[in-house]
Amino acid sequence: MTIPTLETTAPPEPPRGPSALGPVELGRWAWRRLTSMRTALLLLLLLALASIPGSVVPQQNIAAVRVSQWKEDHPTLAPVYDALGLFSVYDSVWFSAIYLLLMVSLVGCIVPRLGVYWRFLRAAPPPAPRNLQRLPAYRTVTTPDAADLVLARARTVLRKSRYRLAADDGSGPAGGSVAAERGYLREAGNLLFHLAVVVVLLAFAFGQLFGFKGGAIVLVGKGFSNSLTQYDDFAPGSMFDPETLRPLSLEVEDFEVEFIASGPQRGQPIDFSADVTYRETPSSAPRKHRLEVNEPLVLDGVSVFLIGHGYAPVVTVRDGNGGLAYQGPVVFLPQDASFASFGVLKVPDAQPEQLGFEGMFFPTYAFTMDRGPFSVFPDVRNPAISLLAWRGDLGMDSGDSQSVFELDTDRMEKVTGADGKDFRLDMQPGDRVELPDGLGTVRFDGWQRWVRIQVSDTPGKGVALAGVVLGLVGLMGSLFIRRRRTWVRVTRRGDETFVEVAGLDRTTAGEGLDEEVRRVLALVGGVPDGPTVGRAPAHGVDPDTVPDSHPRADEER
Amino acid sequence: MSTADFASFSDNAIMFASIVYVLALIAHVVEWSLSLTVREPAAVRAATSDSSVDVAPPPREETAALRIDTAGRIGVALTAVAALLHLAGVVSRAFATEPARVPWGNMYEFTVTGALGVTLVYLALLRRMWLRWMGLFVTAFEVVVLMAANLLLEQQAGQLVPALHSYWLVIHVGTAILATGAFAVGALASLVFLLQERATRRGARPGLLAMFPDSDALDRLAYRVNAVGFPLWTFAALIAGPIWAEHAWGSYWNWDPKEVWAFITWVIYAAYLHARATAGWKGKAAAIIALIGFASLLWNFVGINFFFGAGSMHSYAGS
Repeated sequence: MTIPTLETTAPPEPPRGPSALGPVELGRWAWRRLTSMRTALLLLLLLALASIPGSVVPQQNIAAVRVSQWKEDHPTLAPVYDALGLFSVYDSVWFSAIYLLLMVSLVGCIVPRLGVYWRFLRAAPPPAPRNLQRLPAYRTVTTPDAADLVLARARTVLRKSRYRLAADDGSGPAGGSVAAERGYLREAGNLLFHLAVVVVLLAFAFGQLFGFKGGAIVLVGKGFSNSLTQYDDFAPGSMFDPETLRPLSLEVEDFEVEFIASGPQRGQPIDFSADVTYRETPSSAPRKHRLEVNEPLVLDGVSVFLIGHGYAPVVTVRDGNGGLAYQGPVVFLPQDASFASFGVLKVPDAQPEQLGFEGMFFPTYAFTMDRGPFSVFPDVRNPAISLLAWRGDLGMDSGDSQSVFELDTDRMEKVTGADGKDFRLDMQPGDRVELPDGLGTVRFDGWQRWVRIQVSDTPGKGVALAGVVLGLVGLMGSLFIRRRRTWVRVTRRGDETFVEVAGLDRTTAGEGLDEEVRRVLALVGGVPDGPTVGRAPAHGVDPDTVPDSHPRADEER
Repeated sequence: MSTADFASFSDNAIMFASIVYVLALIAHVVEWSLSLTVREPAAVRAATSDSSVDVAPPPREETAALRIDTAGRIGVALTAVAALLHLAGVVSRAFATEPARVPWGNMYEFTVTGALGVTLVYLALLRRMWLRWMGLFVTAFEVVVLMAANLLLEQQAGQLVPALHSYWLVIHVGTAILATGAFAVGALASLVFLLQERATRRGARPGLLAMFPDSDALDRLAYRVNAVGFPLWTFAALIAGPIWAEHAWGSYWNWDPKEVWAFITWVIYAAYLHARATAGWKGKAAAIIALIGFASLLWNFVGINFFFGAGSMHSYAGS
């Protein structure tokens, strides 16, 4: 990619086409085209375009659930989309191709530009043109001081203004000139910015390849240890090695949540936090930490985040034989902001038939004929569960993995009451319901809370951060540092010295050139003896040539 | 004052600001219509008076120029008053909750604060960059945006959702608002630049376009504000955003729709800066790219919230 200097036009176009060229010429031609600014521009626009589908179609590694949902809803489109990689745009072949080409184009430009810049740094500012008055800013003054004195003063003034000066070019008592240039860092900023882009892209790719992200639901009062089996979902980078998981363990001691109790925002959470005790390694001393949104537990190589919470009703199931078939909390997943939660309870140990339940937990139960049962508040004020019961074969013996939030009812049938309708268990804490046909009893003992934690690691994030910060610094340099050349020519005329100062901006958005020339002149020789002779200020709306202090400048129109 | 007092004061101040913006808009409309009626005959006279020795402008034209200028000045003065009211509304909105917070916790607040950003950028650069010609557009923009915010997005001041309890809300969203203000000014300049190019190609006709600066100046103005907006956007979207995301969501880049579109916007503005330095892309093509960039910025702000809602991790900014 040709890095824009934003002040020069692009170099002459490379030859138009590979007409009867050998492989070497063809390669060279292709390389030149790839690293040309036009190509870079098109690649940039293409990259923007290629990013769009990923914001429209659900992405596998971000919202896997929504992807499967989408696939179910669009059975004909799904295979086409799959083949096009639209469910994982950002690691698809075509997306990678664009940014790899962009990277090559970028590197192919930076490297030669570094050499050019190196030579430019060592070159002296060009000597004064013969006709200084043709330059955009030009002012003169006459002073009685000796020529070499004025020249020496000019050198000091320009040096103080952070100009770089050309070596003495044979000036003497008859006069001479000083050539000066500044703004060398502009191109350095430009190169730094583009190098930083490469660094950030590499660091990002590294983090994607070697990092991981996993989520787990932990009941309050229970613990979590950092191994693959403990995760409910786990998204490793393609080069991630599970052996490198840190042996972290933690216990959720307490959880607090506060909701707004009244007003239009009723039910919105104010804050939630979990007190955890953790050990970095099994042998290290336990430490305490309060997990909150925006207050993660950040350790070396692993970070723990609190990202959600919910309810787990506690139930006791006795089977038809009177044996204890299940007792404990069952994690229900919140379905909306009121925390009406859906969950499934599988009781494979029930005799004579396996039992399954699915239904809702309502932290603050309410009922209307229109809506049926629902929750009016996310906190627990009037808890209730409403379950449907299934009997038969849960299908857990086949060895296929099952979701704990889904009941496989292929070989089950709904439990029905004496009236033939679905048997529904509506219970409040302490209630006990007897299932029909002597299948057993269910007791709603109470409820617990759970928290959802996310454990993740993105190696290389420090490098990425350093990269973007350096990139920003470089960018500001390349946008705001002005390249400017200033020449001072001194001519002895009789017993007076004629001083000319001229300036040339090498950036399009230069500003205050005339002011600077005036300032240099005043410091070198005294007050100017005439108005600017060079290019007159354009129509009063040209901000680059008209100084800001121009009287009533903004009223000229 | 109680939080409810602050809330209703904020609503009143925004309402009064809208009214004053309307007055400013009227002043600028007068400015433009006066200049239309004056410039046409002047141009005709210039075309027909080659033989005429008389070059001194008739006094009627001088007073007309004065009246145009006065109308413009009144417009700017009213805009400044409206901006003060607008600012008061935004600031008091911050105190409309207990505890006080930044006034950009939901879409209504972001819209109102962002609109203030546009006015402030305009007023700050007014003298420096000769932006008087923008007055008509800026005031019209403010009137429309404040009205839309009031009718479509109005939301009672409330507490922030837990995810927003972070000082990064100030940094990340604050810089995004500033960048948006700069890009908006740049987009306007690019738009007028394109209109003017088209008019010139079809044979320049004195009239409305004569109110604008010449296309060179417009192009430079667009470049300069976009060159300010771009680093701000880089910081807001690619530095502050990822740091906060790393802090709150556990990874600094999640390909969330809002992130994707912020990235797309960034890439398009990067393309704009490159295009401006490429032969054949300079001028018209670059201006079009800048406008596409601004369109993607607006889409990211409005579209993502409305159409992606729950699918975006940024959904707490929702309507």
